[in-house]
Amino acid sequence: MKINQLSVFLENKPGHLSETCRTLAKAGINIMTLSLADTEQFGIMRLIIRDWPRAKAALEEAGSVVRVTEVVAIEVEDRPGGLADILEAIESGGFNIEYMYAFTFGRKDKAILVFRFDDPDPVIKLLQDKGINVIDSVDLYEQAQ
Amino acid sequence: MVKLWNDKLGTFDPVSSPDYLPRAQLQAIQIQRLRAVVRRAHENVEPYRRRMDERSVTPEDIRDLGDIEKLPFTVKTDLRDAYPFGLFAGPIGEVVRLHASSGTTGKPVVVAYTAEDIEVWSSVMARTFAACGCGRGDIIQNAYGYGLFTGGLGAHYGAEALGATVIPISGGNTDRQIMVMKDFGVTAISCTPSYFVHLVERASEIGVELKDLPIKAGVFGAEPWSEAMRKHIESAAGIKAYDIYGLSEIIGPGVASECSDQSGLHIFEDHFYPEIIDPETTQTLPDGTEGELVLTTLSKKAMPMIRYRTRDITSIVTEPCPCGRTVRKVRRIGRRTDDMIIIRGVNVFPSQIEEALLDVEGTLPHYQIILTRDKGLDKIEVRVEVTADVFSDEIRSMEDLRARLSQSVERTLNIRVDVRLVEPHTIERSMGKAKRIIDERVL
Repeated sequence: MKINQLSVFLENKPGHLSETCRTLAKAGINIMTLSLADTEQFGIMRLIIRDWPRAKAALEEAGSVVRVTEVVAIEVEDRPGGLADILEAIESGGFNIEYMYAFTFGRKDKAILVFRFDDPDPVIKLLQDKGINVIDSVDLYEQAQ
Repeated sequence: MVKLWNDKLGTFDPVSSPDYLPRAQLQAIQIQRLRAVVRRAHENVEPYRRRMDERSVTPEDIRDLGDIEKLPFTVKTDLRDAYPFGLFAGPIGEVVRLHASSGTTGKPVVVAYTAEDIEVWSSVMARTFAACGCGRGDIIQNAYGYGLFTGGLGAHYGAEALGATVIPISGGNTDRQIMVMKDFGVTAISCTPSYFVHLVERASEIGVELKDLPIKAGVFGAEPWSEAMRKHIESAAGIKAYDIYGLSEIIGPGVASECSDQSGLHIFEDHFYPEIIDPETTQTLPDGTEGELVLTTLSKKAMPMIRYRTRDITSIVTEPCPCGRTVRKVRRIGRRTDDMIIIRGVNVFPSQIEEALLDVEGTLPHYQIILTRDKGLDKIEVRVEVTADVFSDEIRSMEDLRARLSQSVERTLNIRVDVRLVEPHTIERSMGKAKRIIDERVL
């Protein structure tokens, strides 16, 4: 039920972000979604990519440090309070969210969010028990088509 | 193999026999050679004769080793002033080889060798390799640069004199180095420690683990490196990393080398006479006290060096070495008087910063120190490359790493530093010597 996410270390300098994206473009790799976290000095780009092993190889070949982490993709009702419900469910289990971001696509009236937990497995179980749709990679990649 | 009374390990390579001479015999050789070299320098080298005459010292005044203190010092600028051939002690017809230092500022320093000098050089480098556990049957990959730099040819001749198999690959072309190391079954490598770190890193990137290869020893020199760097190299590559020492003004590599004990570098005292002086007062200091290393070449013919001030800071080890060698040791040279940087009035050596960075677990020693001045105040920035080992997808852990690195450096130096995490491969890689400091301060 977990999705592999790539993280890339970037210096916070002009041109560094476009260079990384260009590397992926040259390899013919499409980014499904991404988020950027940054400080004054550096940033971390997190990417969800279907063919992540090839993307990782291309980025490493270009000299980047890349890390693979498992994240959880959760389907959320696209209505006021949809996200709050999910967050409350997660909090009820005493779990901490390291960070989260969204996908640009989803089924009608639904949005998909990416969550990073320290230990994803118990959270997945909790959410499924509460009837929340945790999306696996097959479903995710299909929806992206 | 020969067994001698004081050879505690049982056997040693015959090339190493001068390392085990009884002290009295060694000193007899030293005084005899010292008198000869002083006479030669006085007779044939104008600057030496002039300075000795100014002090009213004659070669006959040198009767025992203590009399060396009567002689004037030689410094690096004396070599530059004599550019190119001014300090040669014989006609060019006797010189079979010239080398020159890199000369980052101004003219390079030119050094010369007679055929006999080359023989001495080969023998001390053979003793160096032997002390680092190499011998006949070893395949030595010599990745020191061949050319005007003394490292390449010095190590080459020494390894051959030892009877080992030499691969004269020179520096650079790292992927080919890795291929050769793997395919030829290399058992030892000689190069700068920073180049070896680069090589290990590259090998890992292309899926070669040095630990799985037959390589067992690294003979590393030509730049100062820390004990922490040694630990890093030894565990990353599964080899013993030995420190060797030399300088082209004296002969090139082959002045001193570590042995299996790795607790200081044995000076090949039958050819190079060591003294330690206070760099401020130039007073000779007793054994065990830290100061500037001064060397006199006892057997150099083409270009003798009398009391050459190396600017390297060390001390002579007083305790006998467990390896049984009788030639004395100096402590590892981590700093030079001219490497020292003064930041806000505090003396700082790059090696201290390296130790502090390596104290923080998991960081590879790719760093650079950048000094700037802002409104009259010195600022120090330490750039550290992020590696896969330490990279995290969470900002918090990266900030935490940065904080731990700064704290470690600040604890060592007692001044505020700005640690900047940079992308891999953005700090210039050294094929030869590492450029650790960029001083952009304008006074």
